[in-house]
Amino acid sequence: MRHIISILLENEAGALSRVAGLFSARGYNIESLAVAPTEDATLSRMTIVTNGSDEVIEQITKQLNKLIDVIKVVDLSEGEHIERELMLVKVRAVGKDREEMKRMTDIFRGRIIDVTDRDYTIELTGPGSKLDAFLKAIDRAAILETVRTGASGIGRGDRILKV
Amino acid sequence: MQLTGAEIVVRCLQEEGVEYLFGYPGGAVLFLYDELFKQNKVKHILVRHEQGAVHAADGYARSTDKVGVALVTSGPGVTNAVTGIATAYMDSIPLVIITGQVPTHAIGQDAFQECDTVGITRPCVKHNFLVKDVKDIASTIKKAFYIAATGRPGPVVVDIPKDITAHKTEFSYPDQVPMRSYNPVVKGHPGQIKKAIQVLLSAKRPMIYTGGGVILGDASQQLTQLVRLLDFPCTNTLMGLGGYPATDPKFVGMLGMHGTYEANMAMQHCDVLLAIGARFDDRVIGNPKHFFQEQRTIIHVDIDPSSISKRVRVDIPVVGSVRDVLQELIKQLQAGKEKPDQAALKNWWAQIQQWRGRDCLKYDRSSAIIKPQFVIEKLYAITKGDAFVTSDVGQHQMWAAQFYKFDKPRRWINSGGLGTMGVGLPYAMGVQLAHPKAAVACVTGEASIQMCIQELSTCKQYRLPIKVVSLNNKYMGMVRQWQEFFHGNRYAESYMDALPDFVKLAESYGHVGMRIEKPADVEPALKEAFARKKDLVFMDFVTDQTENVFPMVPGGKGLSEMILV
Repeated sequence: MRHIISILLENEAGALSRVAGLFSARGYNIESLAVAPTEDATLSRMTIVTNGSDEVIEQITKQLNKLIDVIKVVDLSEGEHIERELMLVKVRAVGKDREEMKRMTDIFRGRIIDVTDRDYTIELTGPGSKLDAFLKAIDRAAILETVRTGASGIGRGDRILKV
Repeated sequence: MQLTGAEIVVRCLQEEGVEYLFGYPGGAVLFLYDELFKQNKVKHILVRHEQGAVHAADGYARSTDKVGVALVTSGPGVTNAVTGIATAYMDSIPLVIITGQVPTHAIGQDAFQECDTVGITRPCVKHNFLVKDVKDIASTIKKAFYIAATGRPGPVVVDIPKDITAHKTEFSYPDQVPMRSYNPVVKGHPGQIKKAIQVLLSAKRPMIYTGGGVILGDASQQLTQLVRLLDFPCTNTLMGLGGYPATDPKFVGMLGMHGTYEANMAMQHCDVLLAIGARFDDRVIGNPKHFFQEQRTIIHVDIDPSSISKRVRVDIPVVGSVRDVLQELIKQLQAGKEKPDQAALKNWWAQIQQWRGRDCLKYDRSSAIIKPQFVIEKLYAITKGDAFVTSDVGQHQMWAAQFYKFDKPRRWINSGGLGTMGVGLPYAMGVQLAHPKAAVACVTGEASIQMCIQELSTCKQYRLPIKVVSLNNKYMGMVRQWQEFFHGNRYAESYMDALPDFVKLAESYGHVGMRIEKPADVEPALKEAFARKKDLVFMDFVTDQTENVFPMVPGGKGLSEMILV
């Protein structure tokens, strides 16, 4: 099953590689990984999307907790949460495609953030499934380049991850 | 007063009460060696290879309850040390390894003797540090010792660039270093302990299975008390030997791949299993699917939550220090009125006695060729069961574990997790330094001993009177055994065709060498060797080339599917 795990860790050199190394050394999957410092610059917040059986997920959280740099670990999928991902897509936008791309972007509540006479760069935010849906909805041949940040997640309401 | 980084490192080691520092000098650590030269509180032991330094520090730590400390230079010094670090990591041994690094401005430039120490060691340390400012040295070393020794122990690497050891700053050694991200649990959860007691008291066929955690957690006294209180059978893993006195009738021997018939059968057929400081690894329970063909309730006490329900599903986990949890169990059992079911226990013990009757460790005692088991039995008799025994890895290790009855903890020193050939001799060095008056035997084989044989030179320099008991069958015995059982007797590369004359070799290092070829000479040789209190004696026992270790649970099989003699 797909799980989205949030980690609060010391913002120190090498902390990211400890987490990434743990996943590769123990054969766990990483679907995506997003990390950046928090409002407190000594802390980083990481979101990992992974999948595995309940036993595997239990081990992943235990092993993450064991890392000395890791302060807190929460499996967001255990409760109500929100997840968002940002995607930038560069598409060919010539002839009749130009109008079509604009329309699709509007339907998906995206924004065109760069324009040339041949292409658009579209910014789209949402859960991963929405980004997937957008890529399916447009003509595959028109896609020149995509870049996705991987999911970031946060608990709903008073589910708060803080030191 | 301002001190240099190198002075600070040495002062920190003094503050930590470090008695021995095992190391090997090199370019990146020259300032450190210069400071070591100027003092005599921390004694430096010069090894012949960095692997030996880490193993010796590891042996020192295993035989005491102290942190072992090693010092190596950058690049090859570190890569040579990695085997030692990984060995300690797998067995949760507290070590602090200080490594030299190229100067900060040269890091990442592919400088001479540069390697990414933090990167290379990351997967085999509890934690590691790269110190980039002289002001951070003292707090980092404090943290390193704290992390290494607390919680589930393990090795910690502190990588210090050369220029940092020359920079100056004010020195003060912190009493403690608060770490928001590291707070190991000590006390077990009272609710879980209560549940555990109920299950233990309801058991019809109970079993207590303990591992290295009892040794590392200094809880063998509590374990002994608990076992006697309950009158339950007790087995130890390879790492847990000595946790419960092996000569006590409640001890059913080691369990696992080469465990006794009675231990493995009791483990498989028990209805309540109390696991303490052990991790259900593949060499212990065999195939987990087969293990779960029988119904049983499992209670697991461990300081590391990630050890719980890793390989087998546990019913009642208790996270905490083994000693604390055992004390609490004993206290509550003594306070309560309930006793275990005596009638059921009587039947269970009768069943265990029957399994014992199988005499699974028997071997041909009338053999005209020296049987390796016979050498260990004699070693046990002559040292009155009170020696520190280190071993290498292979058949001799299993025979030592089966035939030397350890009554005390920290007497049996071997590489259980990583299975590192070559540890025996450097382990014995660390043990002998920690216990200068004690009898220290290194049980090894002609293959393993050659992996760190250069340390015979270190033994001479520091006059370490280790007794090397080499069971020489000219084969990598365990490899040969597997090839015999599972690879159609094709002995691919497991025979050593050109062995040195170990007697002459020992003599050339300045030690005493003996070659023993007949069973009748085994006892006199051992007696003479142990009577030589000041000499290292290398005993080259010419043993049966075809002897195998029994019982054996073949890989992928269940615990009760043993090959027996």
